[in-house]
Amino acid sequence: MEWAPETMLFMTMLVPALAVIGIIATGDKPNLREGVTLTASCIVIYFVSNLYVVVKGGGSVAWSSPDLFPGLALSFFIEPLGMLFSLVAGYLWLVTTVYSIGYMRGHNEKNQTRFYACFAIAISSVMGLAYADNLFTLFIFYEILTLSTYPLVTHAGTASAKQGGRVYLGVLLTTSVLFLLLAIIGTWYVAETVTFTKGGVFNSQTPVIITASLLVLYIFGIGKAAIMPFHRWLPAAMVAPTPVSALLHAVAVVKAGVFTVLKVCVYIFGLELLSKLPTADFLLYLASATVLLASIVAMRQDNLKARLAYSTVSQLGYITIGALLATSAGVVGGAMHIAMHAFGKITLFFCAGAIMVASHKTEISDMHGLGRKMPITMIAFFIGSLSIIGLPPTGGTWGKWFLMTGALDADKYLIMIVLMVSSLLNIAYLLPIPLRAFFTVKKPEEEVTIEEAPLPSLLALSFTALGCIALFFFTQPLYELALAIL
Amino acid sequence: MTAHFPILQVIIPLLAAPLCLFLRIPRLVGIFAILVSAAAFLISCGLLHQVITQGVISYEIGGWPAPWGIEYRIDTLNSYLLLLVSGVSTIILIAAQSSITKELPENRHTFFYTAYLLCLTGLLGILATADAFNVFVFLEISALSSYTLIALGTDRRALTASYQYLVMGTIGATFIIIGVGFMYMTTGTLNMYDLAERLPSVYGSKTVLSAFGFLIVGVCLKLALFPLHLWLPNAYAFAPSIATAFLAATSTKVAVYVLIRYIFSIFSIDFVTKSLPLGDIFLTLGLAGIFAASITAIYQINVKRLFAYSSVAQIGYMILGLAIGTQLGLTATLLHLFNHALMKAALFLAIGAVVYRIGSSQLHHFAGLGKRMPWTMAAIVAGGLSLIGVPLTVGFVSKWYLVVALLERGWWPVAILVLISSLLAVIYVWRLVEWIYFVKPRVVLDDVKEAPLIQLIPIWMLIFANFYFGVDTRLTVGVSKLAAQNLFGVNM
Repeated sequence: MEWAPETMLFMTMLVPALAVIGIIATGDKPNLREGVTLTASCIVIYFVSNLYVVVKGGGSVAWSSPDLFPGLALSFFIEPLGMLFSLVAGYLWLVTTVYSIGYMRGHNEKNQTRFYACFAIAISSVMGLAYADNLFTLFIFYEILTLSTYPLVTHAGTASAKQGGRVYLGVLLTTSVLFLLLAIIGTWYVAETVTFTKGGVFNSQTPVIITASLLVLYIFGIGKAAIMPFHRWLPAAMVAPTPVSALLHAVAVVKAGVFTVLKVCVYIFGLELLSKLPTADFLLYLASATVLLASIVAMRQDNLKARLAYSTVSQLGYITIGALLATSAGVVGGAMHIAMHAFGKITLFFCAGAIMVASHKTEISDMHGLGRKMPITMIAFFIGSLSIIGLPPTGGTWGKWFLMTGALDADKYLIMIVLMVSSLLNIAYLLPIPLRAFFTVKKPEEEVTIEEAPLPSLLALSFTALGCIALFFFTQPLYELALAIL
Repeated sequence: MTAHFPILQVIIPLLAAPLCLFLRIPRLVGIFAILVSAAAFLISCGLLHQVITQGVISYEIGGWPAPWGIEYRIDTLNSYLLLLVSGVSTIILIAAQSSITKELPENRHTFFYTAYLLCLTGLLGILATADAFNVFVFLEISALSSYTLIALGTDRRALTASYQYLVMGTIGATFIIIGVGFMYMTTGTLNMYDLAERLPSVYGSKTVLSAFGFLIVGVCLKLALFPLHLWLPNAYAFAPSIATAFLAATSTKVAVYVLIRYIFSIFSIDFVTKSLPLGDIFLTLGLAGIFAASITAIYQINVKRLFAYSSVAQIGYMILGLAIGTQLGLTATLLHLFNHALMKAALFLAIGAVVYRIGSSQLHHFAGLGKRMPWTMAAIVAGGLSLIGVPLTVGFVSKWYLVVALLERGWWPVAILVLISSLLAVIYVWRLVEWIYFVKPRVVLDDVKEAPLIQLIPIWMLIFANFYFGVDTRLTVGVSKLAAQNLFGVNM
């Protein structure tokens, strides 16, 4: 049946929202409930793929509501970066749902209905965010994302979950209300528009002090991009169940952050203005510091999820660097890294969760010899690590490649060095894990009751691991989308 | 009939109030009160429609021409507020019957409705009238009936709270009447618009300056501007829940209206900002109120008191909007009048439902209620989100306009302070949310059921309004902008 593109755009947001009702209604019949989520994610994939075909063919998909405030409406427009992000989020929702089924049941988690319902709301807001045509719409979905993921982060209901939730909400709301909202209203006041426009919204008469300050407010305000010192929410959110960490904090929430950074840099400031702003350099070095410092902290973490969390902070810094370099290669690299890192990190988190469910181990120092009992999981971990490090034959290679090119184009040799050193640090904190799993012998006094992860989880992590490799060879569609941004 | 709407708006609840005493059966009185309030609401809809299509309505009571007779003048500003007050009053009354059965002894129910309707009369009268002395009359009617309403609370501290409010409220009212007296002395008229014409010639005299001073202080006592807010927390905490909901949503808003009327329609904005540094005073007191009240709210253990301090902070926002002194600033204030009424009415009604079920509004008694009273708690969370100013709620609309107005004035440090204060709101709201959902209850809650439907419906109607007017801002923003334009324009 023929769907109008605008309807499909609407449906990508509506279907997950409607799924919430279905999930709550079938709450006491777990198989039916999971069926609702699975069906909804398949429908979303169908629509997102069709939209990709439309956008690739040169069609434009836009929809606008009546004004909410005079001059400001909820409006949507699919541009290449948004298309990329929505594709990543849409496909990975299905994969994560499959994984969650294995994990939540294997771990005997309570309140699963609430879990799946909030997940669906979060995905719906990610779709809205990806397709937002102005900062106002984006901000609305950004905040909905923060609030809908709070019950997911505090799922366990324990005191530590509550504390983690406080840090999560505290940092994200402080940055979004104090800095981001101020920046948006400031932009609205100065430029009289907050619509994403190619080339930026500021005209040449705007005083540099204003645009430079706004840039700082934006970068600090987009707390989801985890630029230091506003990165603390990410490790704090690791108290959430692993599927939450996997999709939301490796893919959706953090990617929403760096996606917003890219959109602001490209469509609000414009690369030309960005390259002239004095504060862009300061922020570039801050992002580089984040990349290095987070990697160093990651090396010191023994808890696997904590290590992966700091690794994410570091990798997000890459994308922010890509945006702030103000070169087209940098933006392309940043955009591609959104997809590459998503697949890589989600694999790593899936494995971490699988290890926890199958062997109840969370500390890396306990994971001797795990590779013998959970070979598929650890191989997938290895592949995911390669992707994060940026080695062939995984997709992460391309992300790093274009980021390095971007740094070269901007004559920022220091950044190139930062990227290279960071890759070495990645090796240092990621590779020991699969190596320990395969090549060390487990202590004899440990029980031998560890098996491979539950089947749905195994399927999910295998799929994403293969995805990392596939993205190395079949990069062209992604590359074309990224190129089309500028 | 429609020509008499301005006076009917006030007369209907006024006459209905003593009629309640004749209807013996409390159930009947309750339904009667709802009908009266609904009638007032319909009249206010009619008035708003008339004002928008035909312009300002001027009504002379008894046919006596102004300025000797009392004139009721309905323009965009007061018709909008009449709609708000009567609408919120009706919705709150729907929940009232159920709520007061647990909070008031049976023989007091009729008193309650009588006092409530008198309070409604007073508030509607203040809004509708264009006579300065008439404002005082209705102010006293609403004040005396609010003292009664508060004193009806079950807690013995309700009496002291009511007494405290009585003392401060009477000081405020006395100041207002002194101010009116001085104005009358120098101009010989009590009609607001006549005063506006005659005052400029006597602006220089000390009498007029004192009049203005007394009026402003008197009104600020009534609207609980920091530091004249000391009566509010206790009054809201110990009054019956329905009374708190009604007063929190309406009485301070009407006092802000009186302030706006005096500043813009009687005196003029030029006189006010030049002769007295009112802008600076309001800026300082507004900010001080916002922060002091928000921080105090964080430490409260009685949830009603928590939201009472929150109200003081929100009033600070409204005064801040006035302090900006621009049309956009006034728009922000007018917007927030409406939006805050919706927020607080919903929140206090929800807390009233909790009091109905468990008999207490202490914070630690909320533990575990997330499971026993899911809909009520969800309403509290939604109202809290609106208070914080999450997008798609009315709180966000108010915040947006206030910050834009501040930026337009160039006061970006104040804008940052306003945003910091909404983070304080996050803290005190989230503290409550954590107690509701994360803390294990210390007492057995098996017999605690969800709030009765008759209370849930008005609560969720107001929550729905919070979201609806956060998305469809045509009415609120449109009318606020129009009213601000008129007030800044040449006086009538």
